[in-house]
This record gives sequence, C-alpha cells and structure tokens, in this order.
Amino acid sequence: MRSILIVPIRPVDHAELTALVTPLSNAFEIPVSIEESNYLDPAFAFDSYRNQFNSTSLITALLDRYPAQSGKIIGITAVDLFVPVLTYVFGEAQLDGQAAVLSTFRLREDLYGLEPNPKLEHIRLLKEAVHELGHTYGLIHCHDPECVMHSSTSAEEVDVKGKNFCGGCEKFLRGL
Amino acid sequence: MTEKKSSPQSILIVDDELIVRESLTKWFRQDGYRVEAAEDANHALKMMKEGPWDLALLDIKMPGMSGLELQKRLKEVDKNIGIIMITAFASVESAVQALKEGAFDYVTKPIDPDHLSHIVSNALNQKKIVEENIQLREQISDIGKATEIVGDSQQIHKVIELAKTVAKTDTTVMLRGESGTGKELIARAIHANSDRRYFPIIAVNCGAVTESLLESELFGHEKGAFTGAQYRRKGKFELADGGTIFLDEIGNISQKMQVQLLRVIETKQFTRVGGSDVISSDFRVICATNRDLEAAVKDGSFREDLYYRLNVFTVSIPPLRERRSDIPLLAEYFRGKYAAIMHKAVTEINANAMDILVQYDWPGNVRELENVLERAMVLAVPPAIQSSELPFQLASKAHGLQADSLAVVERAQVEMILNRTGWNISRSADILDIDRVTLYNKITKYGLKRP
Repeated sequence: MRSILIVPIRPVDHAELTALVTPLSNAFEIPVSIEESNYLDPAFAFDSYRNQFNSTSLITALLDRYPAQSGKIIGITAVDLFVPVLTYVFGEAQLDGQAAVLSTFRLREDLYGLEPNPKLEHIRLLKEAVHELGHTYGLIHCHDPECVMHSSTSAEEVDVKGKNFCGGCEKFLRGL
Repeated sequence: MTEKKSSPQSILIVDDELIVRESLTKWFRQDGYRVEAAEDANHALKMMKEGPWDLALLDIKMPGMSGLELQKRLKEVDKNIGIIMITAFASVESAVQALKEGAFDYVTKPIDPDHLSHIVSNALNQKKIVEENIQLREQISDIGKATEIVGDSQQIHKVIELAKTVAKTDTTVMLRGESGTGKELIARAIHANSDRRYFPIIAVNCGAVTESLLESELFGHEKGAFTGAQYRRKGKFELADGGTIFLDEIGNISQKMQVQLLRVIETKQFTRVGGSDVISSDFRVICATNRDLEAAVKDGSFREDLYYRLNVFTVSIPPLRERRSDIPLLAEYFRGKYAAIMHKAVTEINANAMDILVQYDWPGNVRELENVLERAMVLAVPPAIQSSELPFQLASKAHGLQADSLAVVERAQVEMILNRTGWNISRSADILDIDRVTLYNKITKYGLKRP
C-alpha cells in the first residue's frame, strides 16, 4: 500500500511530528502515520569525535527495521546529523528509494542565537520533510527557487523557498 | 545558445576513500548532475574516455599518483576540465600549488555543504562562460571571413543571385569552377546568408590530404585509434553541428571515402575512428569541385549515388578569363586591401599595367590575381603600380601567345620548377605563386611524373 511512515528517532519533540501528518498527507495525497510504539535509539550512529550522528547509518537501520514496509519511511530526530565528507546535513534520502532521515537541529532559531519561533520551525521542518520524501520519489534538486525541491543548505535558504512543488516536479510526482 | 543538447552537466569524483566517493556521488546526483567516481588516478584517467567531464573533484592526497599530478594529466587530456581539489586538512601549501596549476578552487574535508554547492555551481558557470566565449569568438571570426564578392559582370551577378536564392534553404549545394575562382568565398556567402549563420562553417579540403588522414579529419578519432592519436579529437562533421560543412575538392576523394561520405550525408550520423558511439550532427553540405564529375561517374571513379546526392543545386563560377570586365574591379579591390595591410600609399594601377592584367588568361583565376597584386604591392613605389612590377612571365605571356602554347609553356614551367626543387611541392608552389592544390591539379592535368 502507498503510504508514509514517520519514525521518531530519540530525542525528538513528538508534537512536532504530529503536526506534520496532515500537511504531508496533503502534499503526497497518501496516508501518513507515526510509529507510536517503537522509537529508534540513534546511539549506534554517534560519532564521538564529531559529536554528531551518522545519517547514512540511520537510513540503513531504518531499512533493516522495516523490511516489509512497502511505503516510504522518514526518520526524524532532534540530534545533529552528518555524512562523513560533509560538516553537517539537514537530512539524507535515498534517491528513488525507500527511506529518509531528517534533523530539526539546524532548523531551530535558538541555534543561531535567536528567540525560538515554533511556527517558523514547523514550516521549515515541513518543507524539509517534503523535500527529503521528494527525493525518495526520484525527484532531484529543482532550479525553481520557489519549489520545495530547490536545494537549501542553510536555514535562510529553507525560508526563501516555498513549501509546494513547482509544476514540473508536481507533474513528475503525479506521473509515477 | 542551443537548447537541443541539454544533457546534465557531469562531475567526476576521485578519492581513495569509499565513503567519500559514495556520499559525494549521492549528493551531486540529488543535484541532478551526471556523476561517476574513481578510486585512484589510473581509474580516473581511464574514465576520461567516458567524458567529457565538466568538473573533476580530486583528493589531493591519494596512494600512487597524487591529486596534483593527476590534475596535470587530466588537463592534458581535456584542457577545459574544471578542477576542484579536496584536501583532508587545511594543507594550504599544496592547495595553493593546485590553484597555480589551474585548479578552480579547493575545499577541506569535512566539506561545508553550503560552501560545496556554491563552489561547484561557480566552477560550472565559469566553465560555461569560457566555452561560450570561445564559441562566440569563432563565430565572429567566421562571420568576418564572409568577405564581399567583387565583380559587376553579368556572370558574377548570376552567381550571386543563385547563391542568395539557395542560401535560405537547407539544400545541398555543389559549386563548380576552376581552382582559384572563389568557390570557398561563395560557400561562405551562402552560409552567411542562411539561417545557420550563427553556427560555424567548417571547411575541409578533401584533395590535400591522404585517405586515412581525411577520415579522422572528417569523423574525428578516439584516443589511441592509431599511432600518434594521443587525444580524442572531434571531427569536422561534429564541429559543423548546427552549421555548414564545406567539402572542397570533393572530386578527389577515394572510393572508400565516397561510401562513408554518402552514408553520413544521408543519415547525419557517424562514429569516430576507433570509436563505437554513434554521433549525430545537424549540418548542411556545400561541396566544390573543378573535376568533370559526370565523366568521373561514367568511368566509374565517382559513385553515381553520391553524385546525385551532392548535385542537387549547382552553382557554376565562371573562370576569370570569361569575365574580363571584373578584372579591373578585382585588381583595384586587392590594391586597396594590400595598401591598407602594408600601410603603403599606392593609390592606383597605371593603365599599361592594367592592360596586361586584363589581357592575361589567369589560369589560377582570382587567387592568382590576388597573389600577383600582393607581389606588385610589395615592389610598388607610391603612388602607382607599374607594369614592371608585374611578374615577368605575366607581362610576356599576355602578348600574342596562343591558348595552346600557354598550356605548353605552363607545363614546361611547372616541370622545370618541380625539377629545380627536387619535387618539393610547397616550395614549387611558392615559386610558381600558386597554392599546393592548384599545383597538384596541374601535375595531374599534364601527367607529370616524379623522375
């Protein structure tokens, strides 16, 4: 069945995940649910030298954990993520694959010494969730600065782009 | 810019660490690039065959050949490839060395993703601008080469009329005329008046090179296709994409080349020598010959199917002796041209000299006339060109020699000069004041044989 499963990776604010269910379901026009019974503990992916968590290891763990899952899986966490060659990532996804992970760490205003802004942070998280899931449906980065698939490597860039797909990406997605 | 070839830009990653190759490959694929990775310099050099690559990211420190050395080798294969160095720690010295040797920039591991995206898009933009610049320069110089056609005779007006009519179409054109009548000039004029004018016109002289050389000239070759093929090279058909290919001396090509040419003209597809990839190119064909192709078809030395494929629209350019009224105009034109080039205040050709020019038969046609005028301009003392500044044989032959005897004299002169230089074609052509193709034609025409 076509669906999206949100897997909480501890620590994470459960309320933020709940707030994603309806908008994600609208964006992809399929059912979205949260894994309520079984949180993922990311300790195995921790790199003490970098004080960050390896996102590629988390993706592998998600795939191992849900071998029979036919829909998409997105793990969401509050810890900082990295891939070995880069200093950090907001998230990581398998291009045209099954799983993605996403961190709220760098989407928070207080990281940059600003007042917390839950509303803005929710929109950022939603945009990045749609973006990473978009990759799992085979979408690549889009040149349209308004499109949610536009590449963003800073919180400001996330704010600049829209939360919807552009016409081209939408068409690609629906054509599947 | 042309939109038809919007294939994704390509990036080659060279790093000995698997995890780096994997994560960078993934990162750039999500950006929509074509990405491949190599684990060391040897693999990277092999992968150049799958190029061209727009950009290469090289780890500066690798077992075996270092990133610095690899950078040099990659640039030898493709001087336009953009290079970004990856250093494991901020080793400024080697990074600076890389920049001095032409790398676009460097990044330190672990790489800031924000930084990486910007560097890569800057490098690709820079490369695109450089390539566009080269292309535009070539186009401008091509447009510049479409010099005016000088002449006011009825015959030349007819040629111009025909050229203008056919220019707007995509029809194959065959230009007939003796050597030196300006076939290439007309070809360029047709191209310059066509919708293809913003793309290149590529001229190939099929008569001046050997069969195997012509094959690689026309179709290009892969690295290692033959001894001396050190690099992959694009052929003329590939370079003419979007534009026009001008095949001069088409009557002189071998049977084998005729078959290959026919196939390319019909399918617009070909493979490079030593290669297997099928390459498509959109070109218009203009060809030229001074051979009697109809006779060649009859005696079997020129394929009939190729003849019909090429002989769609023929423009015949009359020899200069059949339009003598153009000689004064042309002579004046060349005098003006060389006066400007040589900064010489020679403002006229005196009447006596002009008489000799008009009476001469010009076997080498306009090209010969230009050479004679250039020579005269070197010798001329301002303000006028005198008859004494014309070549001696021109002055004597213009008087009273029969057409028959001209051929006899010409044959003797050509043979004498060839023997004098030990059959050195370039030197003989220089002395005779004609180009090499004309000399080859004369050797064939008079059946001259190397002693």
